[in-house]
Amino acid sequence: MSIKINQEFCIRCKKCVNVCPGNLLDMGDKGKAYVKYPKECWGCTSCLKECPTGAIKYYLGADIGGRGGYLYTKRDNDQLSWLICKPDGKHVCITVDGTQANRY
Amino acid sequence: MNLELKILNTDILIIGGGTAGCFAALTIANNSDCQVIITEKANIKRSGCLAAGVNALNAYILKGETPESYLEYVRNDAEGIIREDLVISMAKRLNEVTRKVETMGLVIQKDSKGDYVARGRRNIKINGENIKPLLAEAVEEKKNVQVLNQVNMIDYVIQDNRVIGAYGFSIKDNIFYTIQAKAVICATGGAAGLYRPNNPGFSRHKMWYSPFNTGAGYAMGIRAGAEMTSMEMRFIALRCKDTIAPTGTIAQGVGASQINGKGEEYERNYGAPSTPNRMYSTIRENMEGRGPCYLETKGMPMETQEELYKAYLNMAPAQTLRWIERGKGPSVENVEIEGTEPYIVGGHTASGYWVDTERAATLVGLYAAGDVAGGSPQKYVTGCFAEGEIAALSAMSYIERIKPVSIDREQIINKFNNVTRFLKNSPGLLRVEDLEEAMQKVMDEYAGGISAGYMVNMDKLFIAREQIKILLDRSTFLRANDMHELVFIYEVIDRLYVCQVVIEHLIARKETRWHCYNENADYPKKDDEHFFRYVNSRYGNGNIEIIFREIVKKDEQYEHQD
Repeated sequence: MSIKINQEFCIRCKKCVNVCPGNLLDMGDKGKAYVKYPKECWGCTSCLKECPTGAIKYYLGADIGGRGGYLYTKRDNDQLSWLICKPDGKHVCITVDGTQANRY
Repeated sequence: MNLELKILNTDILIIGGGTAGCFAALTIANNSDCQVIITEKANIKRSGCLAAGVNALNAYILKGETPESYLEYVRNDAEGIIREDLVISMAKRLNEVTRKVETMGLVIQKDSKGDYVARGRRNIKINGENIKPLLAEAVEEKKNVQVLNQVNMIDYVIQDNRVIGAYGFSIKDNIFYTIQAKAVICATGGAAGLYRPNNPGFSRHKMWYSPFNTGAGYAMGIRAGAEMTSMEMRFIALRCKDTIAPTGTIAQGVGASQINGKGEEYERNYGAPSTPNRMYSTIRENMEGRGPCYLETKGMPMETQEELYKAYLNMAPAQTLRWIERGKGPSVENVEIEGTEPYIVGGHTASGYWVDTERAATLVGLYAAGDVAGGSPQKYVTGCFAEGEIAALSAMSYIERIKPVSIDREQIINKFNNVTRFLKNSPGLLRVEDLEEAMQKVMDEYAGGISAGYMVNMDKLFIAREQIKILLDRSTFLRANDMHELVFIYEVIDRLYVCQVVIEHLIARKETRWHCYNENADYPKKDDEHFFRYVNSRYGNGNIEIIFREIVKKDEQYEHQD
């Protein structure tokens, strides 16, 4: 279970590094964030939600049946959008309204 | 590498800024001017069990229910081995702490009359994706609470038979901390990673319980000689296959049944429904060749499926990603289920510190709350809040009564040298990662892990005892190159201490009281005559002493005696 940080989109804000509950991320040589311990990732997606540029992708490892898709998030106040890129390249967007409780 | 030595002073030190720790800090700040330090291994914004969020509050007293009916549910599920005084005092506070968290901004669904909407008999519906940031914000607004993020505590400071603080170190900076306090509240959470996990390779941390909860609080208590209880009552959860995402949302929320590979409902063939039996029945169906087992979701309305996608994103996004990536949601395909590796977690079962009714541990000056505190299963999130509140009030009252003492300087230097030796050791044959793998293998094979079908017997437990001891001895030679590696070393050492105690408790309870949790092939029946009691333990001079104690009833005020 892991994440990938797109170095091109990283703006060196360090928010992901500071929030990771496993302290698994660090700032690399060029001052950009990278995943120092990929196998230690829990998959909580805290870093995705912190990232202001959507630079962090979350994917399922092949060992747990991952098929090559990934997701990233965008926040607009209370609206948290989860953008899922399927293995065929098609995108699905699910927006969760933070002011509404889960139905189940 | 040189470490700076820093000494801090406070009234109450809270170790761990998760669910219970944050709520304890808020309680102190709202009721006193006491100075509080929270030390947190990561960052309280997203640390602990609630990092990804939580999608229901599972301990709430709904209309028609009472704290007593909650107690009855917990008692039945745990076959009686609970501290009734603890469960009832927690249950009485559940609704009030829920109201407090709602005022912090937690979204809870209400009906037209303004009552919370039920999801089952004891559960209410929320949007808990942001529950941890909300708690963290509330804590950070309090002027008398100082949060030390990315500081890992390792042991208590004990002087004149009292806990007067704790030692630790920063993960990012080269600082060794001694934090002196009049009282300490331990709220570190429970222990994952003792056993080989479901997915031991690349996704080894794709587990249900937080892999960063490494049993630090248990281990600190064990090393200091605190009495621990019910460590043999392991928690094994029934979860969605591979993603290890929770199943309650589907089972309770949508009402899906458990079916085997032949499409038959099987749970009721194994006795009364209870948390361990749901697990046990699934294991048996698989062993007898009727797997895989599923939650029957096929044919559910598309609208329900869309809502499930959202519910899982608010708590375990891997599951939604899996459904969408495969192009097969739960309305098309049943959800396969499996059991997790065993965890030690006092918020679900009864493992943890042996505390009195006020949540004081057996070490004077030490209080425990949340997953690290024993005797009170099915606390869940709100129960951890309640317990944080009780521990905080008790610690506040204690510090009024005592005279503070200063820490002996020599003790600090000794501890400092003890920690820094790992930075000076020569690189040896054994790396932390290898040691962790070896420990998990021993526990899996000889102490009832997944590959053993969760079953133990005495001969295997004796092997586990011997091998874990050898691994703990070898941990002395580990080397750390930086502060983070030092954390990894302490994490594996802490887990090894917890493993030792779990093994001794499994050896001591010579019966099978709970399927899977404590399933002993040599003693396959429940034995009330000898074991309707708590199995407790105390560590000292390298030995673990087992203590049996009689059941504490709900109207008793339990105080430590010996």
